[in-house]
Amino acid sequence: MVEQTMKITSEDGVHARPATVLVQTAGAYKAEVSLEYNEKSVNLKSIMGIMSLGIPSGADVKLKAEGSDEEEALQAIVDTVKKENLGE
Amino acid sequence: MSSIKGIAASNGIAIAKAYRMEVPDLSYDKKDVDNPDKEVERFHEALDTSKQELEKIKNHALESLGEEKAEIFSAHLLVLSDPELIQPITDKIKNENVNAESALDETANMFIDMFKNMDNEYMRERAADIQDVTKRVMAHLLGVTFPDPALIDEEVVIVAEDLTPSDTAQLNKDFVKGFTTDIGGRTSHSAIMARSLEIPAVVGTKEVTDTINKGDMVIVDGIDGEVIVHPTDEQIETFKQKQARFEEKKEEWAKLKDEATVTSDNQHVELVSNIGTPDDVAGVLNNGGEGVGLYRTEFLYMGKSQLPTEEEQFEAYKSVLSQMKDKPVVVRTLDIGGDKELDYLDLPDEMNPFLGFRAIRLCLERDDIFRTQLRALLRASVYGNLKIMFPMIATLDEFRQAKSILDEEKQNLQNEGTDVSDKIEVGIMVEIPATAVMAKQFAKEVDFFSIGTNDLIQYTMAADRMNERVSYLYQPYNPAILNLINNVIEASHAEGKWTGMCGEMAGDEIAIPILLGLGLDEFSMSSTSILPARTQILSLSKEEMASYKDEILSMGTSEEVVEFVKSKAALQ
Repeated sequence: MVEQTMKITSEDGVHARPATVLVQTAGAYKAEVSLEYNEKSVNLKSIMGIMSLGIPSGADVKLKAEGSDEEEALQAIVDTVKKENLGE
Repeated sequence: MSSIKGIAASNGIAIAKAYRMEVPDLSYDKKDVDNPDKEVERFHEALDTSKQELEKIKNHALESLGEEKAEIFSAHLLVLSDPELIQPITDKIKNENVNAESALDETANMFIDMFKNMDNEYMRERAADIQDVTKRVMAHLLGVTFPDPALIDEEVVIVAEDLTPSDTAQLNKDFVKGFTTDIGGRTSHSAIMARSLEIPAVVGTKEVTDTINKGDMVIVDGIDGEVIVHPTDEQIETFKQKQARFEEKKEEWAKLKDEATVTSDNQHVELVSNIGTPDDVAGVLNNGGEGVGLYRTEFLYMGKSQLPTEEEQFEAYKSVLSQMKDKPVVVRTLDIGGDKELDYLDLPDEMNPFLGFRAIRLCLERDDIFRTQLRALLRASVYGNLKIMFPMIATLDEFRQAKSILDEEKQNLQNEGTDVSDKIEVGIMVEIPATAVMAKQFAKEVDFFSIGTNDLIQYTMAADRMNERVSYLYQPYNPAILNLINNVIEASHAEGKWTGMCGEMAGDEIAIPILLGLGLDEFSMSSTSILPARTQILSLSKEEMASYKDEILSMGTSEEVVEFVKSKAALQ
């Protein structure tokens, strides 16, 4: 299992559009990908899961991936977070 | 065959099969199933069909509405692929041996309730998204059709109780030949959209959804306000001829596209368009509009889950201004409230929304919303000839407050080093009788007036324009209205300012001669009305019409006015 912590810097937190892109990205990999915020962990392949967290600006989130392509999956998610100006 | 009378809302004739737009009955019985695996399979089939449809709608929206509006469908698609939704449903079918309908409904409702109860307004709206998509899946499970105007791929006439803004936004003009509704009037949203899309429409029929079945042959005559169901062959022929004559007339009008609008005694007036989105600009130019007299900015705020950003607004305004080049563009600041609501603003229901918290009243209290819009407008001002107009101004103080917020934002932008045009005219809508009466005082401070007749008439006559029982009081030619209009025009001219009109009345063939005589400077109307209006104005003498002014203003009734105008200005 691989994991990485990131800080959400986007003013609106994790909003609909970036959330959509994150779920699409996670969905492209076999690995199980999860996002943990505020002691709650959700499946990052679930749009409703991620939106139910209501992640605000300034939040620290932990990304985890587990499975045959976990390295690539985690890297892709981290890249997406940066590319969408969501956080760092 | 049968004939139904309604209100002619948009010119032209459509002959096609009826497409009924209604939400189907989605009630179901909770049942036990013998073969849960087969039931899961049935559920996945409904899911796949729904996804395919949403893909199509998304692609259609991408093409016709742009990336931003299409995004909502990407989110809908993800909901249908969401393991957190799908897994519990299939588990429920397998573990409890229940049918897919009840498993879907119960699981989706659990999520909907969860989202509805969140303290974040944005999340609460996601409940509606889940509801939307699960309805579609439910319809497929039940084998009933879910109406998707965006998916129509044969020529049809849409039959509906009413059409919402999002319904009309999905209409594809290549296939939707016209529409007819039970409710609505010439100024209702659906009617305005029909004219901007240039498709024939008859609204306010009270009964089309009762009378017309799916697939019935229908003629919609948007010229005379008639709908014919099951027409005979002869009738189809007659209406095809009528359509051909209408097309011919349109060609005649088209010749005037690049002509100036001058009366027979060589007086110029401006004929401009009412628009709602940057896409409408093509219609303005194709119909020879000399500018935009009313850009309704509400559509930027509607059909969304949150307020539009400054950037989104800036792009829209910039697009309109640069497409119109140096031609004037009058942008009306946000006019929400009344019959136009925004769910995400969470405004309390009001007893009298038209007399309530709307337009400038809302903007002055929620100046965060107002400032964002003004900044976007000011930044866009360098791309064309922008004029800003505040709606629903009732007092001088409201105008002064709005103007000072505008000046503040202008100063802020300039301090930040952003270019802002220094030629922006700032005016007001005159739609409240108090303002029309006080026009002399207002004229000293505003750069222009634009008379919004739809509201001015309903406020002056104290008659709700949505209430059919008092519709006889909607009297544009009532001398009370004409005297108010005259007062506004005279007041503006005394201060060297100008007056326009952006209600339906400005494009009306009986009103045009009167307004010309009263000295109206700018007539703003649906783009499709411009060429007919220009044709009419070319044959009128402004001096002659002005000579009837006192006589008309002293008349006692609307009927007298109409009869008089008809006798003086050769009308058909």
